[in-house]
Amino acid sequence: MPTEIEQVTMHGVPSHLPPVVSVSKTHGRAAQQDPAWLRYSLIGTAMAIIGLLIIVPVVSVFYQAFAAGPGVYWKNLTGDSDTRHSIYLTFLVVPVSVAANVVFGVAAAWAITRFRFPGRTLLTTLIDLPFAISPVVAGLMFLLLFGMQGYFGPWLREHHIKIAFALPALILVTTFVTLPFVARELIPVMEAIGSDEEIAAISLGANGWQMFWRVTVPNIKWGLLYGVILCNARAMGEFGAVYVVSGHIAGQTDTMPLRVEKLFQEYNNPGSFAVASLLTSLALVTLFIKIVLERKTQQELKEAAEPQAST
Amino acid sequence: MMNTRRILPGMRISLSITLFYLSILVLIPLIALFTKASSLTGEQLVKAVWTERARAAYLLTFGAAAIAAAIDTVLGLLLAWVLVRYEFPFKRVFDSLIDLPFALPTAVAGLVYSSLYVKNGWLGQFLVPLGIQGAYSRLAIVLVLTFVGLPFVVRTVQPVLESLDAELEEASACLGATRWQTFTMVLLPALYPALITGFALTFARAIGEYGSVVFVSGNMPFKTEIAPVLIVSRLEEFAYAEATAIAVVLLVASFAMLGVINLLERRTQAANSSAH
Repeated sequence: MPTEIEQVTMHGVPSHLPPVVSVSKTHGRAAQQDPAWLRYSLIGTAMAIIGLLIIVPVVSVFYQAFAAGPGVYWKNLTGDSDTRHSIYLTFLVVPVSVAANVVFGVAAAWAITRFRFPGRTLLTTLIDLPFAISPVVAGLMFLLLFGMQGYFGPWLREHHIKIAFALPALILVTTFVTLPFVARELIPVMEAIGSDEEIAAISLGANGWQMFWRVTVPNIKWGLLYGVILCNARAMGEFGAVYVVSGHIAGQTDTMPLRVEKLFQEYNNPGSFAVASLLTSLALVTLFIKIVLERKTQQELKEAAEPQAST
Repeated sequence: MMNTRRILPGMRISLSITLFYLSILVLIPLIALFTKASSLTGEQLVKAVWTERARAAYLLTFGAAAIAAAIDTVLGLLLAWVLVRYEFPFKRVFDSLIDLPFALPTAVAGLVYSSLYVKNGWLGQFLVPLGIQGAYSRLAIVLVLTFVGLPFVVRTVQPVLESLDAELEEASACLGATRWQTFTMVLLPALYPALITGFALTFARAIGEYGSVVFVSGNMPFKTEIAPVLIVSRLEEFAYAEATAIAVVLLVASFAMLGVINLLERRTQAANSSAH
């Protein structure tokens, strides 16, 4: 099914996956050689861009966090109860949002790649929509529903349910902002793998559940993990949407990025950079896992492509 | 693809989960937004979205986003070219570092950018004496948006550049074109769709960006206040309807922009494929 392979490379945009068939024939062809002076000046410029825009800021985060020594750093991170609570809160909100988006992502990718039904393209567009909505607007939408003056506000207050300016709203907006990640990664992967093995499993008498766990999940596991990693990174760093619905109650609804901002506003730069350094470390770990997974997903897609190419 | 509806299980449940989830998280909130905005009379609406302060904020938001996206398009093309075509030490490290803006929380980016470009910051100590204010200015907004959007163009152009046939360039060279002519007349047209997509993604991201800008801009009304900041300050005054009206303007503008660029992209793609 060569058309499906094509879809992988054509599908949407930041599928972050390198092209499935990346034939490296770019080296050693005379017509593609640039003169040495051009080569070196372009490489130099590229290094300068990455250095100035990315490396210097990252180094600066750690430098400023540790400026007064590791003892002070540790105290900044663990000595303040509000900061401790913000770390706890982030590690509570993020897994819940990611888990919800995994269930959704798998369901959506299954429905979209395995069946044809009217409105399928519209559904794909809807999934991408959160990327086009400013986080601040996202936060506002949920405030309009669940806030005091919101549409459900009076009813919620009557029943003593707190959503806005509390944990549920934090989870809701974080889930909204990161909604597309898992689905977007899975759709091209599942499209490329095709449904032959699943159909075989069913015709050999497996029930749906067995097919899902023994055929589908092993096939998509790296792609799924890749989506989870991206989703996780974005969820951890989400600021605008959370800012709007949190109400900034220190020690209650401040996540780590909000804590960074609050400490910054209080002119507590060492404290702010200490929390920032923790977030930066998590981002660097994310990058590392991402590289490993990119290789694995590439393999997954290649394996999926090979038997098809031979038929 | 054959119709698998009768063979594979789970259509009803997976579609139900998908539709339920999207309704709760996307459709109902969007409806709430537009309903709230339509509760204003036409006059109130205009008064909310067309104040002098709001106009200044739109101009800055879209202007800074467009400039940052343009810068990122140029830088992204250069980075993609260098990464695909040349070999140099630590290439893999540089390649993976390009994704950092995706992984780094925007608040951290804002925090560190604001500290780098102030008078006694690492970079500000050289730039401020030259009169370049890279913090608490409009330039600061463009700078941080350039950082946030950097990976988009690189990651859209890179795979296209990798998949280009060497024969194209060989044919062009055989026909007597200089390297520069080959680049502008053969390679660049093939990269247009990817460049446009990258630009659009960077632009869309930059329009909505809040977390990083709020740290670096200083948020002065009329001068360095972007539209999302204006929405938040309206919210803090409990002016929900006004905030919603501005949000709708922002939303409609970015949807329209994306639609136009989508169309443009499809047209270039169609032109390209018919040329082959």
